[in-house]
Amino acid sequence: MSGHSLYQPQSPFMKWMERRLPIAGLIHSSFVVYPTPRNLNYWWTFGGILTFMLGVQIITGIVLAMHYTPHVDYAFNSVEHIMRDVNYGWLLRYLHANGAAMFFLAAYVHMFRGMYYGSYKEPREVLWILGVILLLLIIATGFMGYVLPWGQMSFWAATVITNLFSAIPLVGEPIVSWLWGGYAVGNPTLNRFYSLHYLLPFVIAGVVVLHIWALHVAGQNNPTGVEPRRDTDTVPFTPYATIKDSFLMIVFCILFAWFVFYMPNYLGHADNYIPANPAVTPTHIVPEWYYLPFYAILRAIPNKLMGVVALGASIVILAFLPWLDTSKVRSARYRPLYRQFFWVFVVVCVGLGWLGSKPAEGGYVIAARILTLYYFAHFLIVLPLLGLFEKTKPLPNSITESVLHGDVPLGASAPPPVKT
Amino acid sequence: MTTMSSAGHTRRDFLYVATGAVAATGAAATLIPLIAQMNPDASTIAAGAPIEVDLGPIAEGQVIKVFWRGKPIFINHRTKKQIEEAQNVNLASLPDPQPDSARVKEGHAQWQVLIGICTHLGCIPIAHQGTYDGYFCPCHGSVYDTSGRIRSGPAPLNLLLPPYEFVSDTRIQIG
Amino acid sequence: MNLKRTILAFAAAGALAGALATPAAHAAEQVTPPRQSWSFSGPFGKYDPAQLQRGFKVYKEVCAACHSMNLLRFRNLAEPGGPEFSLAQAAAVAAEYKIKDGPNEQGEMFERDGRIADAFPAPFPNDAAARAANGGVLPPDMSVIAKARTYERGFPWFVLDMFTQYQEQGPDYLTALMLGYREKPADFTMPSPTMQYNMYFPGHAIGMPPPLSNDRVTYDDGAPQTLEQYSKDVSAFLMWIAEPHLVARKRLGFQVMIFLIVFAGLLYFTKKKVWHAVDLEPGAVEKKA
Repeated sequence: MSGHSLYQPQSPFMKWMERRLPIAGLIHSSFVVYPTPRNLNYWWTFGGILTFMLGVQIITGIVLAMHYTPHVDYAFNSVEHIMRDVNYGWLLRYLHANGAAMFFLAAYVHMFRGMYYGSYKEPREVLWILGVILLLLIIATGFMGYVLPWGQMSFWAATVITNLFSAIPLVGEPIVSWLWGGYAVGNPTLNRFYSLHYLLPFVIAGVVVLHIWALHVAGQNNPTGVEPRRDTDTVPFTPYATIKDSFLMIVFCILFAWFVFYMPNYLGHADNYIPANPAVTPTHIVPEWYYLPFYAILRAIPNKLMGVVALGASIVILAFLPWLDTSKVRSARYRPLYRQFFWVFVVVCVGLGWLGSKPAEGGYVIAARILTLYYFAHFLIVLPLLGLFEKTKPLPNSITESVLHGDVPLGASAPPPVKT
Repeated sequence: MTTMSSAGHTRRDFLYVATGAVAATGAAATLIPLIAQMNPDASTIAAGAPIEVDLGPIAEGQVIKVFWRGKPIFINHRTKKQIEEAQNVNLASLPDPQPDSARVKEGHAQWQVLIGICTHLGCIPIAHQGTYDGYFCPCHGSVYDTSGRIRSGPAPLNLLLPPYEFVSDTRIQIG
Repeated sequence: MNLKRTILAFAAAGALAGALATPAAHAAEQVTPPRQSWSFSGPFGKYDPAQLQRGFKVYKEVCAACHSMNLLRFRNLAEPGGPEFSLAQAAAVAAEYKIKDGPNEQGEMFERDGRIADAFPAPFPNDAAARAANGGVLPPDMSVIAKARTYERGFPWFVLDMFTQYQEQGPDYLTALMLGYREKPADFTMPSPTMQYNMYFPGHAIGMPPPLSNDRVTYDDGAPQTLEQYSKDVSAFLMWIAEPHLVARKRLGFQVMIFLIVFAGLLYFTKKKVWHAVDLEPGAVEKKA
């Protein structure tokens, strides 16, 4: 990396330290002088926001674990104990519950940004795949966390989701009872989910380190998709990116605080305030909003095994995106057709989310099937073909040139070709 | 653009300092709930309300143990001999000099109420043991007399007294 | 241009959604309860202590005969942001109840007067006893019922609610339920003769007989002793026991919002200053060697 200057320790102690553990030098080269493209827009701040949210979730989670009891007889009441008796317990729990939703919101924005600007393309394939692994991990962590309050939705989410594994031929049933630690979802299930819910965030943090490592090896993509070539194409991470990230992080916190303080239960489901009852299934069970698109895909397929396969495939297919997209041009800014398909894809995902919240009957199922089909077609048909037939716009020679001739806002048309 | 006015500098510096100060305030405020959550919660505080103990069933020479705020409270119905021994001690010879009268309620010298936690490192002493027929801590060998005063061993202080009062001749309220 | 296309796409999706929503008979099952005005709604909402005290009286004299309230402690009655009884009043309420305690030295359970640290005792020893006494239907615990009950808002209302902060579906539904007892329509078959017809209850057949009527409970503060007033007061009370720190939450929320907005403003201007040179002229940023 061109911008990686050697850290020059000033004080005698730092000099002594640097020869033994060059951690200050590592931080300096990764987060101070690290060159970031100068034309990054605010959609690039969501990686920082995600790191921040991971921190919020880990800290509030550790604190909640000090007061929570992972036992079927006490779990619900221990959560209510946190809400009622523990000092600021209501705040910590609402931060954690709404924090999960905010985490997913930021993750989805981050992913769509990557898709729009082609951030998964060579040489960032591993960076992107690590991101898909992170998505799988946060889905698993969020799901197990949702089980812990042991309300009706917790219990039935645990039952339905673990039953997905029963679709596996031959070994399905043994796997499910292995997951449960019994013949039904019960105390052993709750206990192991609690243990794993505490473990996984640290696995996530580890993969985040790899994700950032891969990012710093390949360098950041940028809205033009053209790699930085000159010194004027980049600015040092600190103060430029730090201050920009901080600003949007606080704006994001305003949204977060809106839910935590004013509508803490808006994103949740009322049925989860009913203690778990293994004898009665709620009439209308739905997952949290951030799983709804996947849930809609699951329900769209009338065959049990195929439904589960489609659910899994809808996430795993993302890992193949670098090879499914055949276009040589990264940024949608210079891909007029892809840009339209991208927005259609966003609408399809939102539509699937909405359908996931509706009962699986009548027109909803038909619509979910159409959108599911489109979801996969986007990856398997649209993207491979688009790269072959799309006529892309001319790319700027450098980031600086693109900036000089007027930076264009996100999603707007590309600047006219520059005569050089 | 090569030179910047000093006014610009001041304004920029003020902006940086103000932003930094607000950030620091926010970080400090965030710590409040994270620290406060570890303090005793409302249910613990409510459960630590005063308790009443009926002294009637306690025979002379008997020591009973009750719990208040998670702490063992020793209630010792002392014999005449024990009271005399406790009162006739040369205070100057004690590591933590305190007359017996200061350790019981006036007119109730037969009732000795103590927090049964060794002042050394928190073990629970055993009643009616040790050289003085008082309390003996098995952990590190501290010996207390019938007034709960430290006589030998590593403990620095006499056994502590809980807040309590007599609501009648045979009932006390602890807390 | 692109934004317009996006909006169009969303509009098309919305139209599709609207077209799909109509054939679903599912939604018709529950009648939408009328909106009430609550003192605790909105960003500056607070509970009205007098209303909570009246609601508590209704609960104590009527609901408590069948419904438990396991998570409420007598001490909560005296906590700030609630009905704000004095500590002595809360202790007096506690003392009216007998609490099972023990075992004593003889190994026997005994009854003693309630203390403020105790929870409200349940009317039945267990769920089976509660069912047996109520025609096979379990009267639910009231502790978090105001958050456990809701009704479907539907599109686009659920999106607007995010901005208007409407989240009082629970108490609105509970109030409507108290007022929703009607004569059974001729074409409606009641699953059991002990059940009642309620227009707001999902499925309409409810096990609970109409609990309240005019002048059932005596109010000491001159509030009207009507079914409607009782319903609103007891719903507000139930909201408080479900969310006892609502007042503190909204108050802290306002402070946090002010802080975040000021902080974001400062960061915005700091960011502008920092980026000033870069925005002005490319290559103005000096590189460290």
